[in-house]
Amino acid sequence: MKDIVCKLLVIGAGPGGYVCAIRAGQLGVDTVIVEKARAGGTCLTIGCIPSKALIHAADEFLKARHFADGTDPLGISLASPAIDLKKTVAWKDRIVGRLTMGVSGLLKKAGVKTVQGTARFRDGKTVVVETETGEQIIRAETIVIATGSAPVELPFLPFGGPVISSTEALSLPTVPETLAVVGGGYIGLELGTAFAKLGSKVTVVEAMPRVLPQWDAELTRPVVKRLEALGVTVLAGTKARGLVASAGALAIERANGTEERIDAEKVLVTVGRRPVVEDWGLEEIDLDRDGRFIRIDDQCRTSMRGIYAIGDVTGEPMLAHRAMAQGEMVAEIVAGKTRGWDKRAIPAVCFTDPEIVSVGLSPDEARKSGREIRIGQFPFTASGRAMTVRGEDGFVRVVARADDNVVLGIQAVGTGVSELSSAFSLAIEMGARLEDISGTIHAHPTMSEGFAEAALKALGHAIHI
Amino acid sequence: MAEHVIKLPDVGEGIAEAELVEWSVKVGDIVREDAVLGAVMTDKATVEIPSPVEGKVTWLGAEIGDTVAIGSPIVKIEVAGEGVFAERAESGGLETPTPDPSPQGGGELGSSPTAEIPAQMAPKRADSGSPSPLWGGVRGGGSGSTAPFSPGPPRPEGERPLASPAVRLRAKEAGIDLRQVAGTGPAGRITHEDVDAFLARGPQVPAGTGLRRREGVEQVKVVGLRRKIAEKMALAKSRIAHITYVEEIDVTAVEDLRAKLNGEKKPDRPKVTLLPFLMRAMVKALGEQPAMNATFDDEAGVINRHAAIHIGIATQTPSGLVVPVVRHAEARDLFDCATEMLRLAEAARNGTATREEMGGSTITITSLGAMGGVSTTPVVNYPEVAIVGVNKMMVRPVWDGSQFIPRKMMNLSSSFDHRVIDGWDAAVFVQRLKTLLETPALIFLEG
Repeated sequence: MKDIVCKLLVIGAGPGGYVCAIRAGQLGVDTVIVEKARAGGTCLTIGCIPSKALIHAADEFLKARHFADGTDPLGISLASPAIDLKKTVAWKDRIVGRLTMGVSGLLKKAGVKTVQGTARFRDGKTVVVETETGEQIIRAETIVIATGSAPVELPFLPFGGPVISSTEALSLPTVPETLAVVGGGYIGLELGTAFAKLGSKVTVVEAMPRVLPQWDAELTRPVVKRLEALGVTVLAGTKARGLVASAGALAIERANGTEERIDAEKVLVTVGRRPVVEDWGLEEIDLDRDGRFIRIDDQCRTSMRGIYAIGDVTGEPMLAHRAMAQGEMVAEIVAGKTRGWDKRAIPAVCFTDPEIVSVGLSPDEARKSGREIRIGQFPFTASGRAMTVRGEDGFVRVVARADDNVVLGIQAVGTGVSELSSAFSLAIEMGARLEDISGTIHAHPTMSEGFAEAALKALGHAIHI
Repeated sequence: MAEHVIKLPDVGEGIAEAELVEWSVKVGDIVREDAVLGAVMTDKATVEIPSPVEGKVTWLGAEIGDTVAIGSPIVKIEVAGEGVFAERAESGGLETPTPDPSPQGGGELGSSPTAEIPAQMAPKRADSGSPSPLWGGVRGGGSGSTAPFSPGPPRPEGERPLASPAVRLRAKEAGIDLRQVAGTGPAGRITHEDVDAFLARGPQVPAGTGLRRREGVEQVKVVGLRRKIAEKMALAKSRIAHITYVEEIDVTAVEDLRAKLNGEKKPDRPKVTLLPFLMRAMVKALGEQPAMNATFDDEAGVINRHAAIHIGIATQTPSGLVVPVVRHAEARDLFDCATEMLRLAEAARNGTATREEMGGSTITITSLGAMGGVSTTPVVNYPEVAIVGVNKMMVRPVWDGSQFIPRKMMNLSSSFDHRVIDGWDAAVFVQRLKTLLETPALIFLEG
């Protein structure tokens, strides 16, 4: 096969890789992208998008169940709803299909050549791709590593059989009777909640003293409360010990050391994600590492000239939008523009019930920075819109410097608050002060009014609380 | 109502004008009779202007630093009457907006005192129209706070500059390190205009040193004593052809004597420093060289050789250099010289020295004591012809012919008006001082 020679080669067509390639193509850079599976990566095919589809289906089904059991106050009733999870998964797969097709189309439109196969470095300028039709050698001036991340496997709970990762959980043919979720992070809780709504008896096993440990307890309290209402058992401070295959159960060790078994038709292991740093020839180029991740500088350059790395393979936070921003930046650097990583905040959203969004510094983090701060919090119990969508749990919280009111962080928990993340991020990137937020008219009646009210509260003169 | 115009009083001695150096009041102040309104400065004395009446200041006729002719009006005082105030308050109307803004603007410099609004009302009006104090300094009409080049509040060390993504991108492309850009936006936010201003300012210093460029010039008005000093120095340097002669003096003997005198000090005697010895040595040397104790009237082409020896002592005061004068040093003994010098230095620092005590010297001594350095180039106190500068005393090794011995050594740096003093004569004068100081008994030898 004839060698391909190009200016830019991107390895991995996830959110970081495909954005990088599209932007480079727009800028007239001769670009090739290699992907072993489908364009879109974890996010589009087995992560963000399919999980949100499943979560939505679960929400709808739960509503139908409430309409049927008469616990819904809206006055709607229906008889014995049922879910055919195969159909749900098919619907989800159609969405994924459309999106991956869309990405492929966008790459093509931008003039990017896509090579299907598994890439492996031969040296810092040469990559060999195993394709269906044989080896393809690609020589590139610049190479971007965007190989992403994969679920962490527990040695005593290897994936296979009843032990599944998030990938398999998104394509189950039936709703399991019982589901044990090992790992109470955002992925485990998002999927655990969905399956609870679909009818599973869900138990969450978390080794730390509480679930969602990366967020503060105040922010996660409405989520914990909701899990309880949904019948999810949360076992914090508890370790998974192994599968009891014969009994369809999971052995666990409680905080006090007692061993127990919990029924588990399926065991979903969501204890984190690890960078994909094997099977693509990292040993051939010997890049500096940052723990398990590839070390990068503020321009995503690795320790080898001409090789960049973006996305989950470069470290936390492992979020698609971070990878996309890195990809865009690297493409522009490769095209000769002067760029550097200068983002003030990367929003983090957790699609639990209710949703959590956090941008910038939490109150504790802001305090640690040594500055005096002021905090304003607006509870959704005071929001008319929240009442009408039955989403009164939660709040918006604004953290600002006390002396000049510059907003340092914004968090919210509540129904649909993920959509507020754009306003939160914009405020922080623009360097907004509390007065800028309170002085902006927020449409009524919306959940977003809580943002302005929280800012007013921090200023000491909230109207509605 | 009555208006009282205060004119600059005649401060005496045929002076035609004086410089305004201080206002103690501002427009709108209520003053009592005899309260100090301000101060003017004549040749070397500061004269306070008292208020002859009680009332409200409505107009100030000069700014600090202005030179005002004697007899010109400088303050207008409205003699207070209750009726005047009451009537104004009603007709002005605190709540009613005034369509014509001129009465407010007149509050500062209104030329017609009758159009004044009572001063207490002005701030109330301003407040009623201003937004919540939470909005900080950004007020509608405040042109000063929104000036495009006013630097923002200083950013704490290590804190990321506040700027929108668009500004950051532009700075990146222009190669600007935003940490070096002062932000004028709210909370020090860097705006596009700040980047414009930074670019307009030319080459940039390298980033990351922690050192920051400072901009702006502080204008300090040269007024009062500082202006007098500036004029005097410029005059001396432009007229006089200076020659400076530096000689080393062994002051071990005179220091021993001084220590002895101070050790046996009687209660009525002052502590003696080196300067009274120098003064007495100068008296002795000037007796032999009267050409040094002179003033040169270069306009008339006349050298006035003075019989009296009035020694000026250059003295640092909080407001600048002054030269109080020890008069008739030839008629004062060592202790008298010491006493008078201490008294004058104190009076000069307190500002209580009289005009007579601050002028009329025939020769001058300048001494910075421990700050005296190794040598200096003193400026002759025009129209005098000689000035003796005292440098720092220190112990130095001196070769006595067979070995080094520690001696207390001190330099004299003396300047002369070379137009009328030849270098030879200057050298003779200083060498005579050296001899006298190194053998202090000669100072006190009669004849």
